[in-house]
Parts: sequence; C-alpha cells; structure tokens
Amino acid sequence: MDILVCAKRVPDTSENEIELNRAGNDIERDDLVYSVNEADNYAVEEALQIADRTGGKVTVVTVGSDDDEEILRREMAMGAHQSVLLSDDAFTGSDGKGIATVLKAFVQKRPYDLILTGVQAEDGAAQVGGMLAALLDYPFASLVNSIEVLDGKKLKVCREIAGGDKEMSEIDLPCVLSIQTGINEPRYVGMRGIRQVASVEIPTLGAADLGVDAGAVGEAAAKVKRADYFVPALGKGAEMLAGSSEEIADKLIELMKAKGGLN
Amino acid sequence: MFEGVQSPAQATYGPFSGQILFSVLMLLGLACFAYIVMKRMAPLLRAESDFRFDRPLVRLGRLGRFWLGQWKHPRYRFAGSIHILIFTGFLVLATRAFSLLILGVSGSFVMPGFPGMAGHIYDGINDYGATIVFLCMVIAATRRLVFKPARYEVPARYGKGHKADAIFLLGLIAILMLAESVFEGSKAALQAQQGQPVEFLAVLSLPWMFKNAFLSISAPALWDLYRASYLLDVVTFFFLLCYRPFGIQFHVETSLFAVYFAKLDRGTVKPVRWGVTDDQLDKVKSFGVKTFQDFTWKHMLDFYSCADCGRCSDNCPANAVGRPLSPRFLTIKARDYAFQHYPVLGSSNNGTPLIGGIYSEDEIWSCTTCGACEEECPLLIEYIDKIVDLRRGLVDDGNVPKSIQKALKAIESRGNPYGKMEKKRADWTKTKEFQPTCDVKVLNGSNGADTLYFVDSITSFDDRMQSIGQAAARILNDVGENFGILGPAEKDSGHDVRRFGEETLFMALRDHNLEAIKASGIKRIVTSDPHAYNALKHDYKDLPPVEHISQLIAREVKSGKIKFNPAEAEDNSKVYVYHDPCYLGRHNQVYDDPREVLDAIPGVKRVEMARSRDRSFCCGGGGLMLFYEPQEEQRMGVKRVQMAAEAGANVIVTACPFCMVNIEDAIKVSGMEGKMTAIDLAELVDGRLARAVPSPAEIKEEPVMV
Repeated sequence: MDILVCAKRVPDTSENEIELNRAGNDIERDDLVYSVNEADNYAVEEALQIADRTGGKVTVVTVGSDDDEEILRREMAMGAHQSVLLSDDAFTGSDGKGIATVLKAFVQKRPYDLILTGVQAEDGAAQVGGMLAALLDYPFASLVNSIEVLDGKKLKVCREIAGGDKEMSEIDLPCVLSIQTGINEPRYVGMRGIRQVASVEIPTLGAADLGVDAGAVGEAAAKVKRADYFVPALGKGAEMLAGSSEEIADKLIELMKAKGGLN
Repeated sequence: MFEGVQSPAQATYGPFSGQILFSVLMLLGLACFAYIVMKRMAPLLRAESDFRFDRPLVRLGRLGRFWLGQWKHPRYRFAGSIHILIFTGFLVLATRAFSLLILGVSGSFVMPGFPGMAGHIYDGINDYGATIVFLCMVIAATRRLVFKPARYEVPARYGKGHKADAIFLLGLIAILMLAESVFEGSKAALQAQQGQPVEFLAVLSLPWMFKNAFLSISAPALWDLYRASYLLDVVTFFFLLCYRPFGIQFHVETSLFAVYFAKLDRGTVKPVRWGVTDDQLDKVKSFGVKTFQDFTWKHMLDFYSCADCGRCSDNCPANAVGRPLSPRFLTIKARDYAFQHYPVLGSSNNGTPLIGGIYSEDEIWSCTTCGACEEECPLLIEYIDKIVDLRRGLVDDGNVPKSIQKALKAIESRGNPYGKMEKKRADWTKTKEFQPTCDVKVLNGSNGADTLYFVDSITSFDDRMQSIGQAAARILNDVGENFGILGPAEKDSGHDVRRFGEETLFMALRDHNLEAIKASGIKRIVTSDPHAYNALKHDYKDLPPVEHISQLIAREVKSGKIKFNPAEAEDNSKVYVYHDPCYLGRHNQVYDDPREVLDAIPGVKRVEMARSRDRSFCCGGGGLMLFYEPQEEQRMGVKRVQMAAEAGANVIVTACPFCMVNIEDAIKVSGMEGKMTAIDLAELVDGRLARAVPSPAEIKEEPVMV
C-alpha cells in the first residue's frame, strides 16, 4: 500500500516559550525552535508500520519553504522512503483551503492508496485533512487512533469517544484519515539517522509543476483572514498562584481540597 | 611382594597395562578438552575487536593483585576466605597434578623434587592443600544446602536453580581430592607394610589419615585400592577438565585471561567500534549490540568467566528495588545463549536479536551505570560498556522510551533536557537574591578568566539546584578564583546522553562544548556536578585539568583560604552523613575530600552509613535517568534515605545535584519530612564560610541596576 503523509513544521510547544510579539500580530519567532508537528509524526509512524505489514512505500509531503525541508529529512531518517517539498511564492499566506488545494494538486496525479494527516497542527485549525478529502472526493475519517487493513481495499478505523469507548468504522480506499496522537509509539530518530539523510535530494515542486492556479491559493485567495492576535485578559476566575514550586503546589492542594476536588 | 610400589603405569587393569590405559585416557581427555575449548572460542573469533593488548606491565600488576592476590574476594569475608583457600589449593595442587598424571604413563618418571627438608615441606604443602580444598568443598556444599545465601537464589523468571550443578561440581572436586589422598595413603600404607621407606605425608592431612586407616588392610586389597583410586583420579580429573567449559567452572581457566584483559580506564565508555575514529563512524552500518556477535571478544570472555557468585546483583541498586535488572543474569543468560547457539556438538546459529530474546528493553534501560556491580566482581567482569552497547543498538533501531525521547529531543534543540531556552542558561546568576552577593562572569572570547565553572544543565535550570551553583560561585569568589561560566554557549555535557546510547548526539554536544571551552582560553575547570566532572575528565579529550568543587574546597581548607564560622546552636540536634555520589566516589574515587571538608566544619557531627565509599548505594541515577519511568517496587532514593536514618543521621550531605533531586524527593515520598533533610556540600560550606563581607542574609534588597 502506498501511503502519503502530509506533515507540517511547527514551533515545538515544549521547547519554546510562546509569547506575543511586540506588534501584537503574531507570536515572537526570534528564538523559536521548530520540529515536525506531533500528530504528523504519529501519522508517519503509523504509515511505516502499515507499509511494513502490507508492503509499499511511505511518502511525506509538506507545503512550505526551504526551512521546512528539515522535517522531511527527519521523517526520512525515521524510515519514510521519499519526501517532497511543495514550495512556491504563490502559496505564501494560504489558509487551510489553500493548503488543501496545493496538496490536492499533488495527490491527483499520483496513485496513493491512503493519505494520512495529523489531526491538528500545534499552530493550526484541524481542517486541512477534511478539506483535502472533500477536494479529492475521497472518504474521510478523523481522530483515528487505530487502523486495521482489511481485504478488498478497505480499512477498519477506530475513534475514541466519550468515556473511553471506541467507535469502529469501515472506510473504502483510497481515503484520507486524520491521525490522533497516541495511536502508536513513534520510533526515536537519532542524530545519526538525520546525518545519514542529510544529503538526500528532496524534489521541490512549484505551482507550475503541480498545475495549481495561483489565484486559488496564497494570501489573496484566503477566505479566512486573521483579524486579531492577543493574550486573553486575566479574568476574575483565574487566580495566579505565586511563590516557589513547593509553595504553589501546597496552595493548589489547599484550594482543591476547599473546592471539593480532593478528599 | 613388590620391589617398592610400582607406578600405576606398570600396573595392570584387566587386560590392559596401566601405561596403555592411561595414555589413551589422557590423550582422549586432552583432545576432548582442546576440542571443547576450540568450539568455545568460536564466537570470540567472529566477535567485534577489542583493544586489550596495551600497557602489559599495568595488566600484569593487576593480574598479581586481582587474580593471584584475590583482591576483591574479602569483600564478602567468609565466602571470600573460602575461595582464597580453594584458589591457593588449586595453584598448589597444579604441580602435583602434573607429576601424578605422569605416573600413569611412565614407569620410571621421578619428579625432580627438592632434597631433604625442602622436599618434605613441598610435599606437606601439597598434602594440606588437598585436605583444605576437600574441607572447603564440604563447607561450600553446606552453605549451599543449609545456609542458602540469598545471592545464590535464582528467581523463577530466570529458570531453574543452579544448586544441583553447584553441588555436582563441588562433589567432583571433593572426589578428586579424596581419590588423590586415597592413592597417596594406600601407597604409603603399602610401603609401610613392606618395610620400605615411607613417603612423607603431612600429619593430619587427608593422605596421612588414609594411610593410617589403611595400615591394617591386606596388601592385595591395598593394591586394588591403589590402582582403583588412581584410575578414579585420572577419570575425575579429565572429566572435570572437559566439564568445566560447560558451566561456571570455566572461570578456572578463563579467569586469568579475563583479569589480564580487564578494562583499565575507570569512568570511560568504550567507543562504538574499537579502531574506528569518530569521523569514520558514518561507514559503520549498525551501532551497538543487537545480536550476540556484536559483542566484543572480551565481553564474550566475560560471559564465560562468570562464577555465578551473585555479588554484583547483591549490590545492584536496580536489583534491590525490584527493577527487572540483575547483572548476574545479564551475564548468565548471555553465557547460556552462547552455549546454545555455539554448541560444542553441532553447528552454530547466531543472529537472533538479544532484545526481545534473552533481554527485555526495560532490563537494559533500568541500569543507572552506578558501577556497583563492576566494583564487586572478583573477575573484573564489565557491565557498563555492555549496557551502553545494548542501548546504542536500541537507539539505532529507534527503540527508545517516550520520556527519554522527549528529553533527548530537547537536548538536541536547546542543549538541555528541559527544553528551556539557551539564552536563559545563565539566568541563575541574575536572581534578585543572588546577584548582589556575587558577580559571575559569562566568558566571551578568551582571557576572561583562568578557571571555568562548568555548570551543566540541571544546576543551570532547575529551581532547586540553582542554589548549588550559587553556593559554588560564592565559594569560588571567596577563595579569589578568577572564574567564569560559558553561559548560553554551554550545552549539556552529554555524559548521560552517551550512556543512554545516543553517541552521535553526545559527540555533537562534546564538540560544541570543546570549542566553547577552547575559545574561552581558561586553564582549568571546576564543576559541582559529578556527571559533568566524569564527562570532562573521561569522555572529552585534550582539556585542561578538571576538578570537582569538593576537591577545591578541601585544598583551600588545608591552605587556610577557607575558614569556617564557629559551631551553631542547631548543630546540637544535627547528625550529618555523607552520601557518596557514584560518579564522584566509585567511578573517580574521590571519597576523602568531601569528608575532610565536613570534618573541618566546627560543630558538624558526622556518621557513616554501612554502604559508603565504594559500596555507596546509588540515589536513583542522574542525567537522563531522571526522565526514565522504571518498573520498580520502590525508589532507590527511599532505600538510601532509610539507610541514612539507620545510621543515626538526620541530615544527608551530598555533592551531586542529581543525588539531591532523588534524595529530597525520597524524603518527601517516604514521609520523612521534618525528620531528615538534605544539603549539598557546597551549600553547607557556603553557609558556614567565615566571610569578611556580609553573608547573603545580611544584604538588604536593593533594586538591581540593569
């Protein structure tokens, strides 16, 4: 089964202190470190495991610029067989539908049996997967946390619902799935693996190569525009605890006991 | 009847002459042994290389101390003494064995002996040797059967017990001693009966006792005894010789080599491949040990050399808290694997993965690399290098626990396992309370300072451990040290990155730090973190001298630069105990300096735990081990805190930030808050230092000018 995973390079939430920039229109990006979106990493691991079972290749694709190549290399170091960068000035400022449009152009000419996306980018809106499926007219299942390959070009997928119960569905191939974190345990990608793919050629495709109409993507075509960016004001209900970690922990326990959260 | 007593070579056994019978038996026995040894050596010939032929004089010296001198044995007083007796007996009897065997093939051989009294002494030593070995066999068997020391037990998951095999071997050796003694005794009795000169037999030795018991037996019966005991002796000798390579007794032969080739450099980790330099590593297809043949020949020799004594596991902190690691069984399982996959009869079949086979992942990740096992092993068997190599294999395959992956990724991105921003690495020097008390230079380019204080990640970023850095900085300041820190240019030392198997990331960290250190132009390095200390001393190359802060403080106490305030009132209720951090104590043998410092502080009463110095009990591990989620019944730190309480202490002093984390955690978890506290040596010294300048407590808070 040939699988395509759509991945995104995002600021790593655990290794950055996300703060508003001075202009108030974006986060401060000066000292950020980036990595592959966590859910996308889970998706690649899942793809690798499926390919191991069924045979076939895993391709990782991203829409971005040269900076974004590093996540493609990381996923190749993890085991993805090939990767592609979709890059063009025309794509800059695209909203979710714009990204999905670019991806659709890429997928259309290539016979992927299965397309995986992460359920949501850490700085995203959880929409590209569903939009891509709609544009391709493929069936779509979201929040997938387990995949079983059935005979006859079908999959059985699972979604966790309230109370830890599971909802199982069958879905025809080709399809798009958005992958929930925790679906598997992604393998470690060491520095050695990354070094070994450091000089692998990654093909870059632009709007012309893909046959994408520049008017359908980019900032001008975006139907969703960012209006404002701010840190919410501290409301009355939010009490900021101060002190050393120990003092904070003690106060927290007191509060929880007082409000009935602890026996 | 006989002219003298004929040698067994001249006797007859049924239709065969003794000479023919024993020549055949001995040739068979030797051939068998040679074949078995050759088959046992087979995997070693296919193993990875190991450079162990350097420094022969040092190795010979250690052979004298650890093999001949049985240096480690008395650490377990009773068992060790028994073994020393057995070992000495074996050495003594080796020469007699040779002359005894010759008697079976040559009628006229006479061992070139010592004349007169020297000869008697030589014979006496041999007689007592056999007797003592025999008695030791009885004692050893009794220990096994009656007293059953805990460390010999085999937990169910490791298979059936080893007792039967142990008793069998002890029995065989006992039979050998008896056969030999009956032979000598019956010969002497025959000589006495026939009025010949009787061989010298030492009084109250086994042969002597047999001689006296046999004096009244008829000559023909004695002659039968004589021939039968010799046959038994030869058969038992060669059976033992050929049986030993099938179990733990192989250590009789391999111990000499295991000790000679033992690792010389404490605190170091073997390279990924011996003979492959860092820049050639790209060509290595696979890192680490994944199948048996990935081990080096020395490590395979270690598997053969294990005597199953259990001292390693008895001292292993992971084992003590119920983690799935037992060093003893790490070795025994590998040995059994070798026996099974490289059999004496049949062809070898290698290639099955070790992890998921004889080893589990948790087993390999559970090790804190504390070195207690290596410190105990009388055969100097190495463990840490094997664990690191197995981890390298796991990392190579991407098989790393999630929590460790996160920490490694943070180290890769931000140079510290917490994922905190590099530019904040020196923020601990700028806190409101600390900054007025001490100015800490961040080195920028060279000639900023003579001494580098290498802070490392935990002391830089952990809220609690920053006070250790602050105390160390104030101390350095007070003794007039012209020092600075690398600040944001410093990355994690990589000490535990390496020991968790991520060699490539370690090399990147090391190279980065080496460059930063060289650029600073400093002439010496001091650190308060024993893991950083060990890394800088052993993992990094071509650095100026490195010291731990306890060594510096001890020296300045002696020189008089550090003086302490008089005793305080609270000293009346405090009893201090020093906990030896593994990477300061056992790995680098800095035991005395911290103790001298403590003893120099007026009013400080100090006790020792039973497990101290090289027997110190690991706090739980440092570096990346803080991020590992082990399967265990109890925390190591909790056991350690209990040991401190048992020693009568209520303050634990340590000299390592990781020990501090684990011990303070353990005090809370075990409900001993209020009854036990912990303090770092630097913090204690900083608090008691007699200063001309006001102490931090006396400084009024002033706005800090930026």
